[in-house]
Amino acid sequence: MARVLLRVPTMTEKGSVIEIRALIQHVMETGYRPNAEGVLQARDIIWRFTCRYDGEVVFNAAFSPAIAANPFIAFTIIATQSGPVSFTWEGDNGFTQTETRHITVT
Amino acid sequence: MKRIALALFACCSIASADERRSGLLDMRPEAQAMQRDDSMNPGMLWVLDGEALWNRKPAPAMQSCADCHGDAAASMRGVAARYPAFDQASGAAFDLSGRIIQCREARQAGPPLARESHDLLALSSFVAHQSRGLPITPPEDTGIRAVRALGQSIYMTRMGQLDLSCGQCHDDHAGRRLAGSSIPQAHPTGYPIYRLEWQALGSLQRRLRGCMVGVRAEPFAYGSPEFIAIEAYLMERARGMEVETPAIRP
Ligand code: HEC
Repeated sequence: MARVLLRVPTMTEKGSVIEIRALIQHVMETGYRPNAEGVLQARDIIWRFTCRYDGEVVFNAAFSPAIAANPFIAFTIIATQSGPVSFTWEGDNGFTQTETRHITVT
Repeated sequence: MKRIALALFACCSIASADERRSGLLDMRPEAQAMQRDDSMNPGMLWVLDGEALWNRKPAPAMQSCADCHGDAAASMRGVAARYPAFDQASGAAFDLSGRIIQCREARQAGPPLARESHDLLALSSFVAHQSRGLPITPPEDTGIRAVRALGQSIYMTRMGQLDLSCGQCHDDHAGRRLAGSSIPQAHPTGYPIYRLEWQALGSLQRRLRGCMVGVRAEPFAYGSPEFIAIEAYLMERARGMEVETPAIRP
């Protein structure tokens, strides 16, 4: 499991715009870099990030080899109802990781 | 006459004010924000890994760091602010990572930790993080004084094909630019740092190797007495400044 730093408000008012931040530990190896022996290192990147709010996709992003290691992403959503917010990262070599937090909307 | 004396006094009191500044302040605002907010600072990934390693036994029969030192928030608070330190028993100075390596070998009898390995960087950043916000307070014994003096002389010596000393850049030209980068005052306040260029966490010695290669000098080896001496001198130069670990640097 890769280490993840997430910032998601636990409680907020209905209708408010909330900022979400997600950082994940990942090498984001481009596939263009030779190693010490001069052999190209295989590409190993995360290529998709998806955020679901109460089951519905509210944000997603496609990552490319030009994205730096340990990719950080920040975006906003509108708090409509209490429910789970899940974050999924998918990448090369079968990489997939999902983290879930709960938002209470009052 | 009185006016001249007053003017002189004004000039000198300004000159004696602390003009030292951390490399943090030489960065653009986005990079500063990244360092100041733990949810954006990728260095925290290593700190968290270090915390896990601190509590884990390297092998079932061995003791963990925590088995001896307990809660790092109490036992390691302020420790990084006092390193490098002189060790009477071995007659040599240790930097923080060197002390962790020694502890692992001599007391934990665990698998050795290599310089610049993920685990050593993680443990070093976790321990140094316990001193974040505390002033750098180098020790004052005669052993470390001698090491510091060696460090100062290396710092002042021209080296490499470009024939430049550390001081020529970091004292004489700090605040000016070298190609795309601004030249910092070289305070070792935030190590290990997450350097954006490396896209990873790295030690002060890795940073110093970069500066030495930059002037086409052959860098000292990791863990060498020369590097530890330079660090001891830089820490003295930064006495009283705040520990920032894990810092972000460009
Ligand atoms: C040619 C000029 C030059 C010389 C000589 C030089 N450096 Fe540097 N140094 C730099 C620059 C430029 C940076 C910042 C690089 C960046 O921002 O990416 C730097 C960064 C540093 C840092 C990091 C400071 C921080 O805020 O983390 C330290 C420490 C340092 N140098 C120490 C040294 C020491 C010790 C020597 C001598 C062995 C040395 N430098 C020689 C130009 C130099």
